[in-house]
Amino acid sequence: MAFLKLTDVSKFFGSTAAVKDVNLDIEKGEFISFLGPSGCGKTTTLRMIAGFEFPNSGTITLDGEEITHKNPSQRNVGMVFQSYALFPNLTIGQNIGFGLEVRKLSKAEIAKKVEEMLTLVHLEKHMDKYPYQLSGGQQQRIALARALAINPRVLLLDEPLSALDAKIRVELRLEIRRIQQAMNITTVYVTHDQEEALLLSDRVVVMSEGHVEQVGTPASIYNYPATEFVAQFVGQLNLLPVSEVNLADSTCMLAGNRVHFEPAPGRETGPAGRLAIRPEELQIGAGEGAANRLQGRVESVLFLGAVVRLRIHINGITLTADLFNERQLILPRAGDEIIVNFSQHSCWLI
Amino acid sequence: MAAAMKRSSFWSWLWIILGTLYFLLPLISTFDFSLRARKGILSFQAYLNVFKDPSFWATIRFSLIIALFTILVSIILVVPTAYWIRLRLPKLRSLVEFISMLPFVVPAIVLVFGLIRVFSGAPFFLTSTYLGTYALLVAAYVVLALPFVFRSIDTGLAAIDVRSLTEAAQSLGAGWGTILFKIIFPNLRVAILSSTFLTLATVIGEYTIASFLVGIKAFGPYMSLIGQNKTYESSSIAIISFLLTWLLMGMIQLFNRGNANAGSLAGGR
Repeated sequence: MAFLKLTDVSKFFGSTAAVKDVNLDIEKGEFISFLGPSGCGKTTTLRMIAGFEFPNSGTITLDGEEITHKNPSQRNVGMVFQSYALFPNLTIGQNIGFGLEVRKLSKAEIAKKVEEMLTLVHLEKHMDKYPYQLSGGQQQRIALARALAINPRVLLLDEPLSALDAKIRVELRLEIRRIQQAMNITTVYVTHDQEEALLLSDRVVVMSEGHVEQVGTPASIYNYPATEFVAQFVGQLNLLPVSEVNLADSTCMLAGNRVHFEPAPGRETGPAGRLAIRPEELQIGAGEGAANRLQGRVESVLFLGAVVRLRIHINGITLTADLFNERQLILPRAGDEIIVNFSQHSCWLI
Repeated sequence: MAAAMKRSSFWSWLWIILGTLYFLLPLISTFDFSLRARKGILSFQAYLNVFKDPSFWATIRFSLIIALFTILVSIILVVPTAYWIRLRLPKLRSLVEFISMLPFVVPAIVLVFGLIRVFSGAPFFLTSTYLGTYALLVAAYVVLALPFVFRSIDTGLAAIDVRSLTEAAQSLGAGWGTILFKIIFPNLRVAILSSTFLTLATVIGEYTIASFLVGIKAFGPYMSLIGQNKTYESSSIAIISFLLTWLLMGMIQLFNRGNANAGSLAGGR
């Protein structure tokens, strides 16, 4: 049985459904991310696991115990907030020890645990400081240490890096993953940042308008999106209009060219549809053995550092191609005529 | 340009000087008058007379005790209410804010007559005992101080992320008592102190309600009585009263400054 289980969980605010029939099984020690745009229900779902909101229907089970309507203080769940939520009147040491003091542990036990947690987040020297004396990144590490100090059954993180600058975010997200793996703690992470979700998670739950669109490993979410929403939300995607779809030989007409797409057995579609292809799947040149070749004109060339983004016009449609930058790469210029090639397995019908 | 700046600077200074004179002249005159109790020489005789008067100490002690109870009741009543409104009932905030402003609209004389009328008869009979009357006085002062107390506490709550702090404490296993006394109250220390001093200043000098409920037992009516009978002593009491109020205001400033950093909530730096 799953360690954390959500069964048909729904939550309404007035007549608005914030979360609709969410079913999810999370295993012990797993790192799960809820990914989706604002208002998709990811934070509400997390808050229901924490006990700050109660579902209107469905059940939440943690380690075999039903906690659907239990108060947050009875769940033994650690929570890290976007705003850090450190207690301004308490020192760093007192903040970390707060949950242990509530549990009436002895002073010696509290001191030992606080020291252990400070070592874990590499902030040993800051025990007697107040939160306002630390930077945002340091405060969030303390918030993490405080949540972990109580040995929670589940660690919940609600967009913990959103308030931090880019450099600290990159550092801290790796730190979160390191600590999660070191402690082997079941973790639910809410974010709208796909890079964060893909990098950190064992599995990603993509949500939209209150329901789960897809649950899967980062690679499966990215490479095999189950719905158009997932395909468009996670990563960049070209969605190109096609006609004369032939499912028997997995071909269709794209901008006057017959192209081969990945077969999708059992899929039903009409004579028209849309072809999906990631920008990084497109190659420049004739491409020896490539299943598909299209000729077009370069509209623009954007240099993004590691990636060079081309906009290519092909018989009335425009597609985006991402090339990995190399020092020897000879970049086409706007107005150049080029050939774009891609494999059959890199594109699929939506 | 330089000439225009000089002109604007001249007008600024003129208004500052006029304003200062408007506020300070009556005070200086009162102070000067209070020093003339002995004919022909300036002395603190009137102040000595006041300090020697046992009624002065008795009334000020009485008013301080009443102020203390008023502060206690106000804080116990307003802090949880304002906290709960911020946390769970934000839609009610404008209504409670309106109610807290009512003492500014209802004159003290109307309030005290209303209280006497309601609480003198069955089933309360509060004014028939000393304890009942004092309780009524405290209750009246709680109403009178409500605008100051609610405003201070609400502003204090606005400065901290009440919801996140509460939820963080809850997730760590804390109950409502722990949250209120270990997290909310300590983080409202400055706001509570501000409202405490404002309430103290209000209660110490209050005349109307005190004179109808307890007469010259309170400091306000005592000051009024001295004003009617002893010329120089009344001026010295006015100065003492001013100094007391300024002292309290100064203490608010002191505590606010001392806690400006400690009170601020976490933020990206």
